[in-house]
Amino acid sequence: MRRMALVASLLVAAAMPARAASEADFKAAYAIAEAAEKEAGSLRNQWVTTEATLSAARKAAEKGDFDGAIASAKEAEALARASIFQATSEKERWKDAEIR
Amino acid sequence: MASTIRVRAIANGDTTEVQTLIQHPMDSGFVKDAQGQVIPARFIQQVTFEHKGKSVFVADWGPAVAKDPYVKFAFKGAAKGDELKIGWVDNKGASDSTTAKIQ
Amino acid sequence: MRVVVAFLSALVTAALAAGVIAQGAPASDAPDPAADARAFRDYFVKKFPKSKLEDFVNGPYSMNEDMRRQWQGKEEFPPYEFALEAGKEMFTKPFKNGKTYADCFENGGVGVRQNFPYFDARQGEVVTLELALNRCRSANGEEPLSYVKDDMASLTAYMAFTSRGKPFDIKMPDDPRARAAYENGKRYFYTRRGQLNFSCASCHVQSPGERLRAEILAPALGILNAMPIYRSEWAGMGTISRRFVTCNSQTRAIPEEPQSEDYRDLEYFLSYVSNGLPISGPGARP
Repeated sequence: MRRMALVASLLVAAAMPARAASEADFKAAYAIAEAAEKEAGSLRNQWVTTEATLSAARKAAEKGDFDGAIASAKEAEALARASIFQATSEKERWKDAEIR
Repeated sequence: MASTIRVRAIANGDTTEVQTLIQHPMDSGFVKDAQGQVIPARFIQQVTFEHKGKSVFVADWGPAVAKDPYVKFAFKGAAKGDELKIGWVDNKGASDSTTAKIQ
Repeated sequence: MRVVVAFLSALVTAALAAGVIAQGAPASDAPDPAADARAFRDYFVKKFPKSKLEDFVNGPYSMNEDMRRQWQGKEEFPPYEFALEAGKEMFTKPFKNGKTYADCFENGGVGVRQNFPYFDARQGEVVTLELALNRCRSANGEEPLSYVKDDMASLTAYMAFTSRGKPFDIKMPDDPRARAAYENGKRYFYTRRGQLNFSCASCHVQSPGERLRAEILAPALGILNAMPIYRSEWAGMGTISRRFVTCNSQTRAIPEEPQSEDYRDLEYFLSYVSNGLPISGPGARP
């Protein structure tokens, strides 16, 4: 009976992901995303979607879903970087659209 | 208190054209406020236009009609100087009415 | 600095005259708002040869006959009438200290809307009508109004109404700071923003008269002349500030604060290039 329980628990442990994401991992990913969003803010070019994704990351972390939270944080970082790219490239590109 | 009903009725031969702008929130009852509370339904259920005691235009409205409704219609059989009576009643029992002279 | 700008400007003019700079070459670094305004107007006149110049201020109604007919029918009993009446009442009611808005404006604030925005040389910034109204309130001990809510819309509706028909008369003083503000507004107008990557120009220069979902897009020429507007979509009045903020969020860009420097400069640019077109506000839009 105890052997069954031991086998069962070993099987369960084997079925879990190699290493579950920890809160520390989330905090690191979130900090990176937040820093990118702040940089976008200094360029006055933040996106609504980035803020929404950061918020989703926080909510997932609150629920203990750190895998989901990190995924959202990484997505938010990508969105923030895209908005930074937009701001930097538009600095010159806007002139192409100008009516002359 | 000023009437909630603005009306302009112009006779053109036998046909009178009527335009009305009614000030009313026409809350559908589906919208929530900033605190997440439903804004209760408050909308006009019936608008009536009467000429010489006879209804020339009656509308049954519901929550699909937008805020500050505007109505435009034409009817026959009235003349310049005649009176047109307009009234509305909403789902809360509130009402307003006014009379206008056909120009 | 001014000498450099003047020199560059002269150089460019000489080069243009010599035909050295070909058509379509990158714009010179010296801002020439007057030339901009001419080019801006020519672009829209050429794109819509059947439209009368003054008609551009009617936005989508100048682009679509069916919409125009419906709008003309409603204009006899316009939906902004309530806001207009409220605005007149607000404008004439004295502050707690006994003064009124009329004391803050030229000609008592009647028939002056077409002069806004203007460049304030003392403060070195663009002053819009909405900003001037709130500054008037603060100067007289009153709380400022929200730039995006009904009260400010009612006030600007009344002031616009007293200027109906008067052509936009935005001044461009011989001041590099004014030209810089104008340039910043122009830059903002053409810069793509938000996740949807639209600039103001994407809709209002590239696609006026075309549909964006169920709406017909207005041309940028004369686009502020009808402000503030009663929008059926909002079931209420909206100020210029409200429109800038909502346009930003619609492209999924986080809006700036109402009456931010960028927004005031944008209003300066858009108003200046519409000089000569009549004020048609307050307006009604779908």
